[in-house]
Amino acid sequence: MTAMTMETTDRQVAVRLLAGTGRALVDHTATFGVLTIPSENDPAWATLISEAVSASGLLGRGGAGFPSAAKWNAVRRSGRQPTVVVNAMEGEPASRKDRTLLSYAPHLVLDGAEVAAAVIGASEVVVCVAHDNETAAVAVTHAVAERQRAGAARCKISVVRPPGRYVTGEESALVSWLGRGAALPTVRIDKSVPLEVARRPVVVHNAETLSQVALIARHGPDRFRRLGTPEAPGSTLVTVSGAVRSPGVYEVELGTPVIDILHRAGLDSELSGALLGGYGGAWLAPALLATPFAPAPLKAAGATLGVGIIIALPAGSCGLSETARIARYMAGQSAGQCGPCVYGLPDIAADLEWLATGRTDPRLLERIQARASAIEGRGACRHPDGVIRLVRSALNVFADDAKAHADGRPCRGHAAPTVMTFPDDSAVARRPS
Amino acid sequence: MLAVTSTTIWYTMRATGVVALILLTGTMVLGILTAGRVKTRSWPAFAQADLHKRISLLAMVFLALHVLTAFLDTYVNVGWAALVVPFASAYRPLWTGLGTVGVDLMAAVAVSSALRQRISARTWRALHWLAYGSWPLSMAHSLGMGTDAATLWMDAIAGLCTASVLAALAWRIRDHRRSRGRAISVGAVTGAVTRAVVPVQVRP
Amino acid sequence: MITRHRVALRARVDPVACDAYGYCAEILPERVTLDEWGYPIIDGAPLDADLVDLATRAAAECPRRAFLLERVASDR
Repeated sequence: MTAMTMETTDRQVAVRLLAGTGRALVDHTATFGVLTIPSENDPAWATLISEAVSASGLLGRGGAGFPSAAKWNAVRRSGRQPTVVVNAMEGEPASRKDRTLLSYAPHLVLDGAEVAAAVIGASEVVVCVAHDNETAAVAVTHAVAERQRAGAARCKISVVRPPGRYVTGEESALVSWLGRGAALPTVRIDKSVPLEVARRPVVVHNAETLSQVALIARHGPDRFRRLGTPEAPGSTLVTVSGAVRSPGVYEVELGTPVIDILHRAGLDSELSGALLGGYGGAWLAPALLATPFAPAPLKAAGATLGVGIIIALPAGSCGLSETARIARYMAGQSAGQCGPCVYGLPDIAADLEWLATGRTDPRLLERIQARASAIEGRGACRHPDGVIRLVRSALNVFADDAKAHADGRPCRGHAAPTVMTFPDDSAVARRPS
Repeated sequence: MLAVTSTTIWYTMRATGVVALILLTGTMVLGILTAGRVKTRSWPAFAQADLHKRISLLAMVFLALHVLTAFLDTYVNVGWAALVVPFASAYRPLWTGLGTVGVDLMAAVAVSSALRQRISARTWRALHWLAYGSWPLSMAHSLGMGTDAATLWMDAIAGLCTASVLAALAWRIRDHRRSRGRAISVGAVTGAVTRAVVPVQVRP
Repeated sequence: MITRHRVALRARVDPVACDAYGYCAEILPERVTLDEWGYPIIDGAPLDADLVDLATRAAAECPRRAFLLERVASDR
């Protein structure tokens, strides 16, 4: 491990992502230290880093939770010159962590990208920032220019601006956009076979994942594992919003109870539930808010980590109403390729809207469940599955409300202001509630 | 032994023309119904589609004979160019020309269907819509050529063919109102042709 | 213990290519049912010998080549 630690022994070692004092290269170096990446192909260094990331147990922070080092192994086996793609698309409307990272610590993300490039033998990095995310794009473009001026850029780094639709952040859709200009997800049977652009393999990493890689490359896996739990090591960024006094992006240890994170963000009132993971995530009942914020415990509680989102739903709001809005938004975000998603999601959104407004229909709940089962797993990507998971969790967590609504007794929460945010141009914004 | 006289060729040309017209009509009707997802348990869609393909092949055979005999015929001078170039025939250039255009369109449909797996779904569908142009042209060609046009039997055949295509169209338009609305909608033919070449994906 | 591996086939649909023609459901109702929107729900159980012919026909008839057969190893 000597090659990695030599540069950093005489500096204050900061392990956390948001420890920086400024986004400029000098501030970055002052906080985190210089990271020397070999400019020529160095198989020994590549193996060292690859094993370090593997040993750290780092899982992707883009929602899928795929082991990061495993992606590199798949690409190195292919034998063709690969490209590193930085996924900072952040399609989930309630997530702000990736744009925060790019605004506050772009060099950490770029360090991670260059580490990944050096490990897999790539000489090109493509940073994808959504078209409507001007702030983050400006910050990262500026950082790229800084590195080039300072002679610190190992790779050719370009910043591209795909359209900011929900599905565009999905890995295969993003690669599809890079390759042929259309953000269409593809069916992926074997995830160990790398995606390709113009016949060359690409490795797609979430921006936060790469910033974690940058720290592991500096300090090693043990330091990373000092935070979090043995099964879910490290720290992660989470965007907290809703009924809290200080909504925003927080860096937390994995395994922290959800309620503690909410308190940190200034929770001071009763909740009827919390939405975990994003609009393709799941609801968590108030009784389960002590669940540790980590993949396995959340899954066991019927929720999911997703892209690190916690939305606090106040006691006066209607979870079914919010779910109906989310379902309508997600239906409009379909890539339009697969029938069950294109036709099924709007139908289920309509059912939820009926339920939320308390139209009496004894078969309604049954129909929603039947449609959920019919839609699940039958699309090319996981978009419909996320919506189904959300809907099922809503019917579970808000079961009493669902029964009342179906009997024609809606709650006042339907008229409460929504805590969910949607992009201005989405279908749900145009629809009367 | 049948002597292949010019009279035989002349009658063969007319006969194969009429048969081709009837088979083309059958192809059209089946195509309209299949695309309109009109089906029953005993008359499933895949069987209609299969029959549609087979009848179209048979129609091509009779059409080929019709065209071949038209060229071989010495009674009228059509000329080889008229096979693909409309209105290049010396004999009745207008009505022959309509037939030529019909053949051109049908050739495009046939070739695109043969290559269906190699071209995009959108391209195939756009080209297949040319069939809606080729059928009326074939009908106009048949009647306009005049050889048998005034006879009762020809008028009856033309009438039945036209009636069945119109009935199929009416059925499909009515059925379409109840269907899920795929990217191609039958409305005005011109509007439908335009819609055939825009992206197929349906957004709710 | 000797296990004999026999390569069986099962049906699968490519959801992107599928345009809900429904031919597969007509030809192979034993493995394909249509949802309320006209799209196929495939039973992925291995195909017995007598169903393989029908499944092959369904794959050939699909105008979008969306109905596919894939191998699945099954123990006998």
